[in-house]
Amino acid sequence: MEGNHFQRQAAYTRKTLFDQGYLDEQFIQLEDLQDDANPNFVEEVVKLFYTDSARLIRNIDLALADNSSHFDFEKLDDIMHQFKGSSSSIGANKIKKECTQFQEYCNAGNLEGCIRTFQQVKQEHATLKRKLESYFQLTRQDR
Amino acid sequence: MTSKNILTLGQKFSVLIVDDDKIIRRIHKVLLNKFGFESHTVENGKEAVDLYLSGKHFDLILMDMEMPVMDGPKATRELRAMGVNNMIVGVTSRGLDSEKQAFTEAGLDYCVEKPLTSETITSLLQELAKK
Repeated sequence: MEGNHFQRQAAYTRKTLFDQGYLDEQFIQLEDLQDDANPNFVEEVVKLFYTDSARLIRNIDLALADNSSHFDFEKLDDIMHQFKGSSSSIGANKIKKECTQFQEYCNAGNLEGCIRTFQQVKQEHATLKRKLESYFQLTRQDR
Repeated sequence: MTSKNILTLGQKFSVLIVDDDKIIRRIHKVLLNKFGFESHTVENGKEAVDLYLSGKHFDLILMDMEMPVMDGPKATRELRAMGVNNMIVGVTSRGLDSEKQAFTEAGLDYCVEKPLTSETITSLLQELAKK
């Protein structure tokens, strides 16, 4: 009975993540790869993403804090390109969209826009982490 | 031809995944293993070239475009110059046609967007089975 409850909650949480645009089709591709040989594949890849993206966020923060006369937008764009690529890999739809917006500000040489958008990137990054952690906790209790 | 039919031909293809993104390496490795590939991963173009110099060979190389140490176009040019004639498929998240064109001209057989999908793998298997 309890198992069904967690199963229903997990299914509802998952549906919400898609309906609210946090996740896209790529997350389903990851789920399709999960099997007996790789039983925790989705959670494993998401954990990899959050470890790696923490490093990229630090690098972008450092780059944005650069007070030198010639701001390196190309370097900023390169780091964000990596971050966006990783976000796409796990189906992190909202994060990916904010990354695209950030890159547009980079290409326009708009530092203020970059700084403002990066706050959004970090917010979406943290929100998705929280939601996925809750989701994975439910799926673990269902097993 | 479905992937299952291709695999029942009895051939097991080997693939070298060249990408500096550990998430992509992990996803592509599991995806390709599901299709029966024997996969090996390296982090940049130089490691791929060094593997071939050591005598290793693969049926397919999946080559990321942007990597530190040695990028995809440079690694592809070096491998082709060494006489490597197996299939090399460029994998990139950059969307610009001009960038993909330049990468293709380095010696790729195809250039596709990442992450790979089951449909893309099936197409690549069909091409490999023809060779």
